[in-house]
Formats: sequence, structure tokens, C-alpha cells
Amino acid sequence: MAGEMQIDTPIRAETGAEAGPRGPGCSLRHFACEQNLLSRPDGSASFLQGDTSVLAGVYGPAEVKVSKEIFNKATLEVLLRPKTGLPGVAEKSRERLIRNTCEAVVLGALHPRTSITVVLQVVSDAGSLLACCLNAACMALVDAGVPMRALFCGVTCALDSDGNLVLDPTLKQEKEARAVLTFALDSVERKLLMSTTKGLYSNAELQQCLAAAQAASQHVFHFYRESLQRRYSKS
Amino acid sequence: MAAGFKTVEPLEYYRRFLKENCRPDGRELGEFRTTTVNIGSISTADGSALVKLGNTTVICGIKAEFAAPPTDAPDKGYIVPNVDLPPLCSSRFRSGPPGEEAQVASQFIADVIENSQIIQKEDLCISQGKLAWVLYCDLICLDYDGNILDASTFALLAALKNVQLPEVNINEETALAEVNLKKKSHLSIRNHPVATSFAIFDDTLLIVDPTGEEEHLATGTLTIVMDEGGKLCCLHKPGMFFHFSLNRC
Repeated sequence: MAGEMQIDTPIRAETGAEAGPRGPGCSLRHFACEQNLLSRPDGSASFLQGDTSVLAGVYGPAEVKVSKEIFNKATLEVLLRPKTGLPGVAEKSRERLIRNTCEAVVLGALHPRTSITVVLQVVSDAGSLLACCLNAACMALVDAGVPMRALFCGVTCALDSDGNLVLDPTLKQEKEARAVLTFALDSVERKLLMSTTKGLYSNAELQQCLAAAQAASQHVFHFYRESLQRRYSKS
Repeated sequence: MAAGFKTVEPLEYYRRFLKENCRPDGRELGEFRTTTVNIGSISTADGSALVKLGNTTVICGIKAEFAAPPTDAPDKGYIVPNVDLPPLCSSRFRSGPPGEEAQVASQFIADVIENSQIIQKEDLCISQGKLAWVLYCDLICLDYDGNILDASTFALLAALKNVQLPEVNINEETALAEVNLKKKSHLSIRNHPVATSFAIFDDTLLIVDPTGEEEHLATGTLTIVMDEGGKLCCLHKPGMFFHFSLNRC
């Protein structure tokens, strides 16, 4: 079985290991992804965006409790564990968002009366956490071989007080931003799967952020493709 | 016969109505249900409001208590919302710790309060670093027929407008708070956010203010909160969605 592969794809030549200065406008941080690193889950992946790192594990399709089973499709469950402390209401809300995104994409009808569980552990949080969780979940679902109709990715945009758009913000940029918007986009037609926002913004700014996120998702999907190609071409 | 068809093929039943651009309860696709508001019904609470959106009923009660302000923000008070979906409102909820739906709704209300700045937390401070108000907002759903988020946001706003806080002075000598219950003042509400929920059918149709059945059959739901200026918390749960139709909302 092909072991772990470390794949790095710098999106812009100037990014190094620092989360530091980036060009104004659209540049994403340094990505890295590692698959199949845990032995117990059916699929696992670790996704790094700059300094933010999330580990995901997928179990499924597996047996489901009778109370939770759905007769014609798979029951999807998402568990998000924060880095420190017990999971709270904010985690529940994020779990619901990630679960809805996965449900829209996973072909549950092929595995009725089963359960697919995605467990996410936050290893380090340096901004754009929800987007990183979504990316890790997608890579882990692919690693587990769960049938999906498309891949999905998460992109975060921050709008600062001058109206400048920053993609993939760091923790500091998020704190100082006037609004932070996170989108989940699918790979087939770049359609919007999920969006959640914090802060005040206008309709025009929303459209602008959405367009920027769609452009950025190109890079992410390209990275997914390369990473999977490299993994399967060796074995 | 229609009832039989509805039980066996609920989605087809709905599609027949949607083709004619209306819904089983007679509403247009963009029409809200009749809304009723009753303010100040709970005399033991500092502020209260009851909102009925069709059959969906949410009551909000606000209690104000004292607390020490947070150490990292000594000039701010607290607002703590909590949405409770008891088994009373619908058979899908069980008694016990709050389920996922209740937790998500509570987080949503907390986000709306923070993002729209309905109340400046600085207004809730009585004495910097020593005493501040904490407003416990309890939203209880009495009848669940869809669109709980809109009803909760509305109930919260109405109840906050109804809240009257007594004047508090800190006695210099004893360092105790003296509450003057005779002199009460309203909170200053900076912003009036309004939430609108949509259900997405078959990836193309958008209907406003879904009932419980419509929510269940829809491929996705979308909630947009707007204030007097631009948009606020736009929480979107999926079904594939064309982004240009966001403009239609």
C-alpha cells in the first residue's frame, strides 16, 4: 500500500515558510497535504495551509445505529475537535456546515443504511480554520474511497476596513478584518456549496469575494490533482 | 386522494404546486406567513417578546444580572443568547442536553448579535473593571413549523427593544451597587437586523419562509441577515446553488 507522501505546492514563488508579507489581492499561503497517515481509519489526511494544520480521519461506509439510519442513503456524521478544551457550540455549528457540504457531494444513495464518519482534529490554528477543515475532509474522503460527485474546497476571504480583499487570511488579519467570509466550492462547475460569514459587508463586496474565491479554488483543485497524481503514479 | 398522494410522494406533490408558482398553503413563492408580535408579556422578565410566524412560535425573555466585566475588555458587558428547542415544539426533539439544531441556532443568534452590533457592549458597563450588566436572552420555541432562525432573530430584537434596565450607582463608601428600581431606561439599539430564510428546491427554485415540511423536502436552505445598510451573517447550508441567484434574494 502506498505510504505517506509529502507534497508541497507553493502558489506564489515568494512564499516561504513565513505567513508574512504577501502581495495585495489574491495569493494563498503555502499548501501541503499528506494522505493515509493513520492506520485505523479507512481514510485519513492532514492538510496544512501556512501554519494552520488539520488532521482528518474518515470511517465508512460502516454500520449505523438503527435510530440514526436513513433508509435510502448514508448517514454522514462530522466531529470537530478543537486544539484545546472541550468541543462547544461553535464547533457544533462548524460541524453542521461541514456536514452539509459533504452531504451535497457524497453519493450517499450508493450506500444506504450505513454511516460515514468524518473526524477532524485541529492541530494548529493560524487563520482560515474552517477552509482548512473542509480541505482536509475532502482529501480524507478521497483517501477512504467514498464515492463523491465532485471534490470540494474551502476558501476564506477577509475584508479589511479599507475594503481590500485578502485571501486565506492569517489569525491577525482575521482579527483586524471588518468581515471574514468562508466559501465552499465544488470542483466541477465552481458552484457555491456553503458559505458562512462574520461581519458587515455589502452585496457588491460579497460578489467580489465570491469571484476571488472561485479564482483561488482553481489553485486548490490543481493542487489536489497533482497531489493525487503523484501518490498513485508511484504505486 | 390528494392526502394519499402527499403521503406517498411528498416531493412530487410539492412540485405540482411549485409549477404553478404557489404553495400548498396558498402563499406565493416570495410571501411570508402572517406575523404576530406580542411585547412585554412576561412581567417577571426585564424584557420579553412573543413572535408567531404562521405556526412557528418563539418567545424570548431577557433577564439582566450583574457580573464582573471580562479582564481583557473591562469596559464591556455580556449578552448571552440561548435557544431552546424543547420536545414541546416538535416530535423530533428529545428531552435532555441541547441537540444539534438548538446549538446551531444559539450560535447563529450569537453571531447576529456580534456582527450587527445591535447593542454596543460598552453600553452595558456600569463601572469599568468592576461591574457590568449581563443580559441572558432565553429564546424558547413553543411550536416548530420551520424558519426558526427568522422568528428567533425577530423575537430577540423585539425583546431587546422592550428591556428596561434600572439605574445603578456604585456607593463610594461601601463599594456596593445601589439599584434604583424607580428609574428605568431603555437600551439603545444601534441596528435592526432582519433575517430572511429561503429553501432551495431542485437547485433552481427559491421559496421564502419555508414551513416545517418544506424545509424537510428542500435540497438546501439559506439564511440572510440584513441591517439598514448591507448584509450581515449570511449562513448558507447547501444544495448546489448558482451564485447569480444570490442577487435575487
